[in-house]
Amino acid sequence: MDKYQELARIANNMRISIINMLKEAKSGHPGGSLSACEIVAALYFKVMNIDPNKPDWPERDRFVLSKGHAAPVLYAALAEKGYFAKEELMKLRKIDSMLQGHPDMKDTPGVDMTTGSLGQGLAAANGMALAGKISNKDYRVYALIGDGECQEGIIWEAAMFAAHHKLDNITVFLDHNGLQIDGANEEVMDIEPIDEKFKSFGWHVIKIDGHSFGEIFKAIDEAKNTKGRPTIIIAKTVKGKGVSFMENQVGWHGKAPSEEEAKKALMELGGGTND
Amino acid sequence: MTSMIATRDAYGEALRELGQINQDIVVLDADLSGSTKTAVFRKAFPERFFNVGIAEQNLIATAAGLASCGKIPFASTFAVFASGRAFEIIRNSVCYPNLNVKIAATHAGLTVGEDGATHQALEDISLMRSLPNMVVLNPADAIETKQCIYKAAEYKGPVYIRLGRSKVPVIFDRDYRFEIGKGVELREGKDITIIATGVMVEKALLAADELAKEGISARVINMSTIKPIDEDIIIKAAHETKGIVTVEEHSIIGGLGSAVAEVVVNSSPTYVEFIGTQDTFGESGDGNELLEKYGLSVENIVNKAKKILSK
Repeated sequence: MDKYQELARIANNMRISIINMLKEAKSGHPGGSLSACEIVAALYFKVMNIDPNKPDWPERDRFVLSKGHAAPVLYAALAEKGYFAKEELMKLRKIDSMLQGHPDMKDTPGVDMTTGSLGQGLAAANGMALAGKISNKDYRVYALIGDGECQEGIIWEAAMFAAHHKLDNITVFLDHNGLQIDGANEEVMDIEPIDEKFKSFGWHVIKIDGHSFGEIFKAIDEAKNTKGRPTIIIAKTVKGKGVSFMENQVGWHGKAPSEEEAKKALMELGGGTND
Repeated sequence: MTSMIATRDAYGEALRELGQINQDIVVLDADLSGSTKTAVFRKAFPERFFNVGIAEQNLIATAAGLASCGKIPFASTFAVFASGRAFEIIRNSVCYPNLNVKIAATHAGLTVGEDGATHQALEDISLMRSLPNMVVLNPADAIETKQCIYKAAEYKGPVYIRLGRSKVPVIFDRDYRFEIGKGVELREGKDITIIATGVMVEKALLAADELAKEGISARVINMSTIKPIDEDIIIKAAHETKGIVTVEEHSIIGGLGSAVAEVVVNSSPTYVEFIGTQDTFGESGDGNELLEKYGLSVENIVNKAKKILSK
């Protein structure tokens, strides 16, 4: 437990940032941002070879937030990591801000791919991995996709492509929180058995608890050691994780907290100071 | 005797030449490499050619990822699928982030012929022209196609290049130099202007010959860059001749004609007649017969020119 104390603190800070920026923006997607905090914190603060002072460094590892509506979790990590000042977070979704409602690689340092239209990010991440392969560069590409996102056809076009081209330098996290805008996955459009689907498409599949740093790191190591095929880490998560009244509530997919709700959420997250 | 070469063939050759010069060029295709002629590149540089299978959305998004890492991807399939099926991917993953992706789409227009309406793109210029950051090129012959491909590779940003299936006459000579954003006056004229694009340029020249027989001096402009459109050459024509006939193997809605009209309406209103498909789909048949049937003919250009002159 102690081993990951610092990372847990960072993930908690990110949650605080997410609540604060969404409250300020008065719109956005808390549920799927909160569910991915441990995964994104692990990548940005332990796994990825990156330098916030050189966001365009060609040798860097890449991260593609294919489920682009979870932009707040990415922005929180980038600010925490020092790509830009935390004050920027309070301008999320406002006019003239560099922090768009969905990630924009042109204007936001540290955003490796413009995303928001679901499914496209995974295919773009494949392109990045392929570019690395043909240029003999050893950077790795990480992508985060949603479970509802797996209903997009392009996800399966991309899944076929990555396996066919043996892209073992890409590692995909599936933020499997089970909910999408209209309800539970199995009610809207069942994606199960999602592990079997990816397996049959030629992927190495690992299933973990997406809130356990220990399991996240173990899976990433396994992915790095898996040769000749891509790896997907199916991370079981809780939508809205960390804020009791948001957890597993589909209503918090795309709704910002009010002042009152934010105060309550921040209390739960440790007092509401954003340091 | 003029030689006849399909623009898609010139594309394949240009790719092979470019591949030699520039190691960053990579080519992607969606199971049509024999038809789009990217197979020529595949043969020369198999390690830089990637078939995505029959998956046009993935074709474009993968190209976007490659471009973000410094590669110069040329992505090819038929124009219907490139501009239509993958439209939203082009919008959100290529044009919005302004990535250096080249989309070379073949089999545009009615001259696809026998495959029929499902495969005849008549709205791709319109779709591609509507996207911010996109450059839209529609070369007239094999020589211009090669130059378009070279310039597209040099240019940093998204480019859509519209190519055809059928053999078309070579109208430029080897000294011709294409520039993005520049229309070219192929024939001087003071009475009327014909602005044509792609495979219709040859018909425009033939129409000018016909008009000359009747003592009408027709200016002919090759508009191979649809976006950014050469406003100066259009405004000059609007001032110096009585009106403009636009000619394209494309719907009259949103294509070259619309682009020209947008310019003249703003700067120097004049008569404009639009030759292209009139809000209709195509059908199966011989390419040349289809052009005649749908009014993309020398005769129709002549008639429209006279219509303006009689006003």
